[in-house]
Amino acid sequence: MSPRRTDTGGRIDRLKTIRFTFDGVAYTGHAGDTLASALLAKGVTLFGRSFKYHRPRGLLTAGVEEPNALVTVLKGEVREPNIPATMVEIHDGLVAVSQNRFPSLAWDVHAVNQLGGKILSAGFYYKTFMGPVIGPLKGTRFWMFCEHFIRRAAGLGSAGSAKDPARYERMNAFCDVLVVGSGPAGLMAAKAAADQGARVMLADLEPRFGGSTNWSAETIDGAPAAEWARRTVTQLEGRDNVRLLPRATVWGYYDNNTLAALERVSDHKEQPARGEPRHRYWAIRARLVVLATGAFERPLVFPGNDRPGVMLAHAAERYANEFGVLPGERIALFTNNDSAYRAAIALKKAGAAIVAIADVRSELSPEMRKLATEAEAEIFAGHAVVATEGGKALSGIKVQRFDMVTGALTGDERSIHADCLLMSGGWSPTIHLASQAGAKAEWNAARQAFLPPKPMQQWPTQHWIGAGAFTGSFSTAEAIAEGRAAGLAAAGGTSTPAALPTVEAVPGDPDPAPVFEIRAKGKSFVDFQHDVTAEDVRLAHREGFVSVEHLKRYTTLGMATDQGKSSNVPGLAIMAEALGKPIPEVGTTRFRPPFAPVSIGSLAAERFGDLKPERLTPMHDWHVANGATMYSAGLWYRPMIYGLSGETIEQAYVREAKATRESAGIVDVSTLGKIAVQGPDAAAFLDRVYTNMFSTLAVGKARYGLMLREDGFAFDDGTTWRLGEQDFLMTTTTANAGKVMQHLEYFLDVIWPDLKVHVTSVTDEWAGAAIGGPKARQILAACVTGTAVDNATLPFMGIVHGQIAGVPVMICRLSFSGEMAFEVYSGAGHGTHVWEALIEAGKPFGLVTYGLEALGTMRIEKGHVTGAEIDGRTTARDLHLDWMLSKKKPFIGSAMMDREGLIASDRLELVGLIALDNRPLNGGAHIVEALDEANPQGSIGHITACCYSPALGKHIALALVEGGKARHGTRAHVSDPLRNRFGPVEIVSNHFYDPEGTRMHG
Amino acid sequence: MLITCPYCGPRDVIEFTYQGDGNRERPDPASQNFEAWNAYVYDRLNPAGDHNEIWQHSGGCRAHLRVVRNTLTHEISSVAFVRGDHGSSARHKAEDKA
Repeated sequence: MSPRRTDTGGRIDRLKTIRFTFDGVAYTGHAGDTLASALLAKGVTLFGRSFKYHRPRGLLTAGVEEPNALVTVLKGEVREPNIPATMVEIHDGLVAVSQNRFPSLAWDVHAVNQLGGKILSAGFYYKTFMGPVIGPLKGTRFWMFCEHFIRRAAGLGSAGSAKDPARYERMNAFCDVLVVGSGPAGLMAAKAAADQGARVMLADLEPRFGGSTNWSAETIDGAPAAEWARRTVTQLEGRDNVRLLPRATVWGYYDNNTLAALERVSDHKEQPARGEPRHRYWAIRARLVVLATGAFERPLVFPGNDRPGVMLAHAAERYANEFGVLPGERIALFTNNDSAYRAAIALKKAGAAIVAIADVRSELSPEMRKLATEAEAEIFAGHAVVATEGGKALSGIKVQRFDMVTGALTGDERSIHADCLLMSGGWSPTIHLASQAGAKAEWNAARQAFLPPKPMQQWPTQHWIGAGAFTGSFSTAEAIAEGRAAGLAAAGGTSTPAALPTVEAVPGDPDPAPVFEIRAKGKSFVDFQHDVTAEDVRLAHREGFVSVEHLKRYTTLGMATDQGKSSNVPGLAIMAEALGKPIPEVGTTRFRPPFAPVSIGSLAAERFGDLKPERLTPMHDWHVANGATMYSAGLWYRPMIYGLSGETIEQAYVREAKATRESAGIVDVSTLGKIAVQGPDAAAFLDRVYTNMFSTLAVGKARYGLMLREDGFAFDDGTTWRLGEQDFLMTTTTANAGKVMQHLEYFLDVIWPDLKVHVTSVTDEWAGAAIGGPKARQILAACVTGTAVDNATLPFMGIVHGQIAGVPVMICRLSFSGEMAFEVYSGAGHGTHVWEALIEAGKPFGLVTYGLEALGTMRIEKGHVTGAEIDGRTTARDLHLDWMLSKKKPFIGSAMMDREGLIASDRLELVGLIALDNRPLNGGAHIVEALDEANPQGSIGHITACCYSPALGKHIALALVEGGKARHGTRAHVSDPLRNRFGPVEIVSNHFYDPEGTRMHG
Repeated sequence: MLITCPYCGPRDVIEFTYQGDGNRERPDPASQNFEAWNAYVYDRLNPAGDHNEIWQHSGGCRAHLRVVRNTLTHEISSVAFVRGDHGSSARHKAEDKA
C-alpha cells in the first residue's frame, strides 16, 4: 500500500487540476497543493538523497523546517536549488528535480557511502585529509586535491550559472504593530490591535493564513477552526489600517524594531503578472512586534528514523486535514507526549488504520487511552521503536520495552507491519526572531523546551511581545487569550470585557516525557539535512568538544540550510547527556538571520535592472544617437567608443586616439566631480586641503591639485579654477566626487568650523566637453564669440568666458590627453547645444568624438594617474607627484606622509612597461624579474592599466613596481598565470609620449 | 538603527555616513608631534558601551552629528550638531516648524 489522496477533506480544490513534472515525470495535483502534498498524493515517498551517506529520504515535515525533501526548481535556464518541496506551491508548468543523486533518485551510485558509514563520522574529512607533513601534497594542498572529488559526492543541489532574469523589489514599510505568524494567536493579536485603530501588518510564510487552524480538528466558537480563521482574515482584509502579507517569511530582526521579510510574490504562478516581481524584500519598521511564530515539532532519535515513511506526527495530520492526503494506509505512532494522539484520530478519520501507538511513557492518562481506543490502535505504553524496516519506503517497525528513566531496552523485539511511522518528540517554540533580537532563551524543564524570555529582559532597542505556542503555551485556547492580550498591549489598549472565542479541543498534556533518544543498534539521525547522527555527537564529545558552539561547527549539526530547526534541541540533549550536565548548563546556540533562506536577488533589488538608479550626462542622448557604445562607470553611463560599422573595440579606440593626436577629438567630461568652493577663507581652505598652493593662484587661472588623506596616502587629484577672489571651481575624479565632497564638508564642519567657506556640489549644473588636438584651437576660434582664444588670451591653464552658439561658456585650457586641449563648460541644459556647435565647427578640421577607451589610451601614453594608480595604497612619491608637496605650509596628510614606511626605497612606484613580444598586456598581471611559468612567484609589482598605443605602435602599460624608477631601462617579465600570459617587458618612464609637454604647451 | 537628526528628525541609519570616533583630537596642523598624529589617525577607543561618534547625515541635511551610541545595544542616548553655531540655528528652525 502507499500514500493516496482521500476522496474528501482538505483545503485543496479537487475540481482544479494542475500539471507539473518532477524528475521528468508528469504528475497532476490540485489547486492548494504543495509539491510535497501533490507528490505524496501520487504515492511518491522518495524525495531525495541525504547529504553525506546518500540515504533515501522522504518527507519529514509539511512546512518550512523540512530537512529532507529539498528540490531544485527550474525556470527556463534558471535553477533554484535546495527549496523544501513543502514550500513549493504547484502551478501548471512547474518543473522540479531531485538533488544529490546520480544517475537517478531511485538508483544512486553514491549510496555505497552508507556501507562506509562507520568511517564517515564527524570530522572524518578534517582527520583524513590533513595530508603528509612533507612532499608535494603536504598539509592543506592534499585536502585541496581531494576536495574536488569529495564535493562531488557530498552536498545539496547545484546552483545554476544562467543570469537570473527575474525582477525583485524592495519595499520600506512602517506600522504600529507587526504580527509575525497568523495562527490563532497571531490572528487574535492582529484583530485586537486593528480594533484599537493601530496600523497593523500581519505576515505569514504560508500562502494560507490561519496556521494550525488549517489542519487541526478543533472548533472555535462552534465552527471548524479553519472557518473561524477565514472569517477573522476576512474581517481584517476589509480594514484600511491592516496590511496582510501571505507568503512572507520574516527572516531578520534588527535594531530599533526593523524587521526584514521576504515575500514570494509570484513563485506560485506560471507567469508573474505584468510588472510583478518574483520576490519582494520588505524592510518593516514597527513600533511593536507581536511574535506568534508557533512551534516546531521535534523528531525522536532512534535507529532508522530517517527512512522514507517516517514523518512528524503533526505533519501527517497536516497532510490529511489540510491537503487531503493520507501518508500511509497502516500507520504506527511513536511519541513521548500527548499531541501525537491528535494525529492518530485525524488519520483514522481520514481513512487509515492506526496499527500501533508506541509511547515511551509507561503511565498514560485515561484521556489518551480513550483516544487510542477511538483510533482503534494497539497501545504499547513504555515501549520504544528500535528499528525501521524497508528500502526506499517503510515496510515495518520493531518495538521493544523501554525504561524511560534508565533508557534500557528489555524483552523481545516485536515487529509491526506499517507503511508509515509518525513520531513526536515534543515541541520547540520558534524563538528564532526573539533570539536574533538578543533575547536569551530559557530552558523550561516541564515543557522540555527553550522558551523566550519575558519581555522585560529585552534589549532597549527592540520591543516585542510573544503569544501562543511561541511562549510555550501550546493550546489553542491559550493562544487566543495571549494573542488578544498581546495585540491590545501592542496597540496601547486596555483589556476588553468581551468574551474570548471558545475552543473545543482534543485534550492533552503539553509536557512531554524527557526522552530524546532511543539508544539501539543502527544509525539514529539528529540532523537529517547534514546527516549528523547521535553517535557523531557523542564522538565529538569524546574528542573533547564541550562547548555547543564547537560541537555545532565540528559535527555541522544545525548548519545546513534548515539551520537545525528540527535538530537543535535533540542535539543539545544528547550532548548534555554525554557531558553529564543538565540541558540549561549546556545552553543553546544563538539564532542568526536569516530564519529561512533568502534570495540574493531580493537583497540587491534596487541595485539591478530597472530599479537601479543611473546618472546620465546632458549629452547622453546625442551619444546614443551617434553610435556610442555606452559603458557603465559607477552610476554613470559614458561612451566607451563611437564604433564605425565592422570595427572592433580596439580598432575604434585606436582610430579615435590617432585622429585626436593628428587633428582633433572631443570627449564628454560632464561626469567629473565639480565643487564650488566659495567664501572669504576659500583660498586658505584649499591650501590646507591640497598638497600644493592655491592662495597664490591668480584669478582666471587653473591649477592641478593633489589631495592626501590624513594618513599621508594619495586621495584624489584634479584641477581647480579660480573664478574670483573668493570663488573657486574644484574638479575631482568621477569616481571620487562624492568622497571628496564629504571630505571637505567634514573638515569644514568638524575640524575647522571657524573657516568661512561654503562648499556646494555643482557636478550636475555643468556640462563639460574636452576638445584636444593640434586643430582644437582653430575649431574653438571658429565657434567661440566674445573672447579670443589665442595663446596670449588663453595661455596654458588660463580661463576665459565667451559664447558658443549664443550660449555662455567657460573655457579652460588644460590637457589630459597631452594635446593642446580645452575644457568647455556650459550650463547643463545647454550641454547638447554647445556640443553640437563644437561638432559642427570641427567638421572641416576632421574632429572626431572619442570615448573612455581612447581617453584611457591617451592618458596611459602620457603617464597620468587615475583611480587605478591612486588606489589607496600609493603615496605622492610613489606616483612621482612629490613635486606637488609644498614645503611652505602644512596640509592634510603632511604630518603622516614622511613616515619611514612611506618613503622606503623598495615601495611600489609608477613605471611604464613596453611589451617586448608585441602582444597585448593584461591589467592586474604581475611583474617578475625571472619567469617561472610552472610555479609563478616573486612578484615585484603589477599592471594598473594597459592599451595598444597608436602613438608608439606598441602594447604598453602603466605598472606599480618595487623601486620602479631605478629599474628604468631594465627588463622584466609579465607573469599572469590566470590568463596564461607570460612574456618579456621593458621597464620605462611612465611618460611614454611627449614627456616635455611641447604639444600641450603649443 | 534609528538616528534622530536634530534638524530632520528620526531617520534610518542608511541615510547616515559614519565619520569616525568622536574622541579623536586633531593636533595643530603644524605640529610635528608624531605620537599625537599617530594617535589621531590610528587609535580608537572601541568601548563596550557608550561611544562618542561622528555621523554625517549625508542622505539629508549633510550636517555632522555627535552621537553617543551604546555599542552593545545600539541604543542612542544623545545626538547633537558637532558645530555649535550651526546647531543652535538649526534647532531654532526645527522649533519654528513645530
